[in-house]
Amino acid sequence: MRPRFLVLLSLVAWLAAPAAGHATPAAAPPPDIARALAALAGEDADKREAAVAVLGRTRDPKWLRFLAALREGSVYSRTRGGKTEIVVGGSKSTRGDQDVIEIAAAYDRAPLGAVPLAALKEVPADRRLRLAVKPFLDADETRAQLADPDPAVRRGAAVKLGNQAEAGAVAMVEEALFKEPDRWARHALAEALALIRLAHGAPDVRVGAARALGELHSASAVPALQRLAADAAASPAEREAAVLAIRRIERWGLLTAAVETGFQGASLASILLLMALGLAIVFGLMGVINMAHGELMALGAYATFVVQNWFRAAWPAWFDAYFLVALPVSFLVAGAVGLGLERGVIRFLYGRPLETLLLTWGASLIIQQGLRLWFGAANVDVSAPAWLSGGVPVMAGLTLPYNRVFIIALAAVSVAATYWLLFRTSAGLRIRAVTQNRAMSACLGVRAGVVDATTFAFGAGLAGLAGCALTQIGNVGPSLGQNYIVDSFMVVVTGGVGKLAGTILAAAGLGGLTKGIEPALGAVFGKVAILVGVILFLQRRPAGLFAARGRNAEA
Amino acid sequence: MPRRETVALGIAAVGLAVVLPVCNALPAGSPLAVSNFTLNLFGKFLTYAILALGLDLLWGYAGVLSLGHGVFFGLGAYAMGMHLMLEIGAKSVYQSALPDFMVWNQVKALPLFWRPFHSVPFTLAAIVLVPALFGLAFGYLAFRSRIRGVYFAIITQALALSAWLVFNRNEMKLGGTNGLADFKTIFGYPLNQPGTQRALYVVTALTLVAAYALCRWITLTRAGKVLVAIRDSETRVLFSGYSPAAYKLFVFVVSAALAGVAGALYAPQVGIITPAKIGVLPSIEMVVWVAAGGRGTLYGAVIGAFGVNWIQSWLTTSYPDLWLLFLGGLFMGAVLFFPDGIVGALGRLAARARRLTGGPTDRARLDAALLSPAAPGPARPPGSEP
Repeated sequence: MRPRFLVLLSLVAWLAAPAAGHATPAAAPPPDIARALAALAGEDADKREAAVAVLGRTRDPKWLRFLAALREGSVYSRTRGGKTEIVVGGSKSTRGDQDVIEIAAAYDRAPLGAVPLAALKEVPADRRLRLAVKPFLDADETRAQLADPDPAVRRGAAVKLGNQAEAGAVAMVEEALFKEPDRWARHALAEALALIRLAHGAPDVRVGAARALGELHSASAVPALQRLAADAAASPAEREAAVLAIRRIERWGLLTAAVETGFQGASLASILLLMALGLAIVFGLMGVINMAHGELMALGAYATFVVQNWFRAAWPAWFDAYFLVALPVSFLVAGAVGLGLERGVIRFLYGRPLETLLLTWGASLIIQQGLRLWFGAANVDVSAPAWLSGGVPVMAGLTLPYNRVFIIALAAVSVAATYWLLFRTSAGLRIRAVTQNRAMSACLGVRAGVVDATTFAFGAGLAGLAGCALTQIGNVGPSLGQNYIVDSFMVVVTGGVGKLAGTILAAAGLGGLTKGIEPALGAVFGKVAILVGVILFLQRRPAGLFAARGRNAEA
Repeated sequence: MPRRETVALGIAAVGLAVVLPVCNALPAGSPLAVSNFTLNLFGKFLTYAILALGLDLLWGYAGVLSLGHGVFFGLGAYAMGMHLMLEIGAKSVYQSALPDFMVWNQVKALPLFWRPFHSVPFTLAAIVLVPALFGLAFGYLAFRSRIRGVYFAIITQALALSAWLVFNRNEMKLGGTNGLADFKTIFGYPLNQPGTQRALYVVTALTLVAAYALCRWITLTRAGKVLVAIRDSETRVLFSGYSPAAYKLFVFVVSAALAGVAGALYAPQVGIITPAKIGVLPSIEMVVWVAAGGRGTLYGAVIGAFGVNWIQSWLTTSYPDLWLLFLGGLFMGAVLFFPDGIVGALGRLAARARRLTGGPTDRARLDAALLSPAAPGPARPPGSEP
C-alpha cells in the first residue's frame, strides 16, 4: 500500500472516529444501554454477557470505567419506584448499627449519597462476566499505550494489536500510524495493520497486506501467511503473494539469526574478557593463580547491591545514577580486598603457583562463606537502572538489549585502560620490568613489592568491575564467582601467559564458539565440547595462543 | 620398605581391619563396643584414604596437581552403583526390572551400556579399568603436549566441572541430580545387615593396606626416584634422556584406578552416589586432605583424609556455617604455616625436642624434613615450576 494513500485513509478514519464514539447518553440513556443495564441486574448469564458487550462496544471511557468497577464487584442494583437502577458503590462505613455505602451513578459517577448496604443487591462478578469484560478493558489499555510517550511502550502495544488481529482495531492503528514519529514504532504499527488486513481484508487487500508483510520482514506473520498459502479457498494471486512474502521473511530471518548469534557471541566474549582480564594480568605478569578471582567478582556485585540500597534509601530521585557510582565503588572494594590478600598472604608465595592456587582457593571459600553469612544464602535483587533496561532495535526482528551493549562497551574500555596503563604509564613500565626480570628491576631501584601489590590490586579491581557489570545480566548470590571461574581460567589457559592479546583473542574465540555450537549441542554438552576443543587445541599449542618465548619460557 | 614403617603399617592394619570390626561385633552394652554408625563412618574415611594415597603419589611424588580426582572417584562409584542398582531387580518401588529413576524418566529398555553391569566380574573389572582408561586418555593428551603445573590443574578442574555437568543430565541415564541410591544387596548379601557392613569395612581396610603397600613399592623402585626427579626439575629429567610424560602418565593412571576403587567401596557403604561427589569443590577438597596431612609421605595422606573428614563430620553437624570457613582456613594454613602438613610439623617438633633434650639428633630425618617438597624455600622468579 502506498504511504500517501495510507495517510489519507488514516486521516479519514481519524476524523470519523470521534463522531462514531461519542454518542453521549444524556440523563436518560439510549434504549440499548438501558436494556443492557437491566440485563446486568438479571440472572441470565448469556444476557449479562451480551450486556457487557453492548457497554464495551461504545468505547466510551466512562462506560469502560463502569466495566472496570463491575469486574471488581463494586456494582450494585437497587429498586426504586418499581424501576431497577444500577449504581457504583464506593467506600463503606458503619453508621449506628447498619452498614452504609456511598453510591454514584453508573455512567457519570454523580454522587447519589450514602444508602444502607441492605437496600442494595450486588451484581455478581462471576468468572464468565470478568472474562467478557477483559477484552474491552484490554483494548482500552492498548489504546492508552499507543499514546504513551515512551516509543517502546507504543511499539509493544502495536505488536499486541498485530497478534490479536481484530478487525475493529484498524481505525485505532491507522490513527496511531498517522501520528507516530518513532521509526520502529511505525514499523510495528504498519506490521499490525498489515496483519489485521491479512486476517480480515478482501482478496486484493490481502495480496497487498502479504506483500507489505514481506517488505516489513515480519516474522510474527509467518503462521498467518502459511495458512493463507495453504488455503484452498484463496485466490492464486493471494497464495503466490503469501509464498513470496514467506520466502522473503525467512531469508531475513536467517540474516537476523546470524547477526543475533554474532552479538550474543560478542556479549559472552566481553563477559569472559572482563573476568579473564584481571586473572590474566595477575597470572601472566606475576605468576599467581588467583582462585579467589570469582569471589572478588562476587564482592563487586555485592558492592553494587549495597550502593543500590543506599541510593534507594537516601536519594530515591537519583536512583538511576546508582550504577555510575557502583562501578568505581565495586572496583575499589574488590581492589582493596585484593590488596589485603596480596600483602597479607600471597606475597610469601611468589614463584610457587600451585601453592598460591590452593591458598587463594582457601581465601575464596572464606570470602564466599562470609558473604553468605552477611547477606544470606539467597540471591539478592539488583534492579537495572532505567537507562540499562530495554534495548535498541537495529533491524526488523532484532533488538539488542542495552545491558549487553553496555557490557561490550565496558569490556572495550577496560581493555583500552589496561593497555594504556601497561604501555603508556611509568607504572606500567615498572610492572613490565618486574615481570621480565625481578632481580634486575629491584637492583635498578624498582620497588618490586609495591609493583606486585598495585598490580594485584588492579587485577582484583577489574574483577570487581566485572562483578558490577554481571549484576545487570545474572543472579547475584554468594556462589556467583564459582559459576564463572572455570570459564575464565579456560580463557587464560587458551590465551597463553604474558600477552593480553592472547586473552582477548581467546575470549572472543571461546565466546563466539560457545554461542555458535550451543544451538546444536545445548549448554551442557556445548561446554564439554569446548573443554575437549581446548585440550585438543593445547596439543598444538601447549602454552596457549601466545606463549612466552626465550629463556623465561621454560624456567 | 623401611622396617619401622612395616611395623607401623602392620599395627595400623591390625587395628583397622581386625580390632575395630571385632569391637563392632561386641554386644552394644560392652565398654569397648563400636557402634555401627562409627564403623560406617570409618569405612567412609578409609575409602577417602585410598583415594588420598593415589593423589599423594601423583602430587607429592610426581608433582602433578590434579583438581579433578572426584571424576575418577565418581566413575568407580557409578560403576559399582550401576551393578547394585541392577541387583535390586524387581524388588524396587515400581517392581520393574529397571532402576526406579528410569521408570520416572520413561526409559523403556535398559540402555546398552548398563547391560554388562549385571555381571559381577565385569563390574569388578570396570571399577578399576573405567577410571584407569579414562585417566589414560586424558593424561595422554595432557602430558603428551606437556600441559603441566597450574595449566594441568586448571584443565583437570575444567574436567571436574564438565563431568559434574554431564552426570547431572538425565539423558545420560545415570540418575541425573539424584544419582544412584537405594541399594538393597551387594553380591547377594543384604546391605542393611551389620554383618555385611562389617565385611565391607574389612574389605575396605584391607584394600587400603594393599594400596599403601603398592604406592610405597612404587616410590621405592627406580621409577619412584624418577617421579621425584620430575617433581623437582622436569626439564633436567627430560634432558637426562627420560620421558617424563610416560612416568607421569603411569602414575596418573595408577592414582585414577585407586580413586575408582575408593569410589566403588564408597557407594555401597554410604548407600548413595550423586554428581555432587564429583564436582569442582569435592575434587579440590581431596587435595586439601593430602596437603593437610603432609604430602610426599603417603602416611600423611591417610592421616589427612581421616583428620579432615573427621573434623568435617563433626563441624557440619554441630556448626554447619563454620565448615567452609574452616576449610578455607585449612587451605591457607596448610600452605602458609604447615607446608609439609601435620606429619611434617610433628616431625619438626620432635626433632626440636630431641635437640633441646640433648638427645641424638636424627640428622637424616631433619634433612628429609627440610628438603621435603613443600618446605618453604627462597622465592623463585614468577612462572617457574614448583
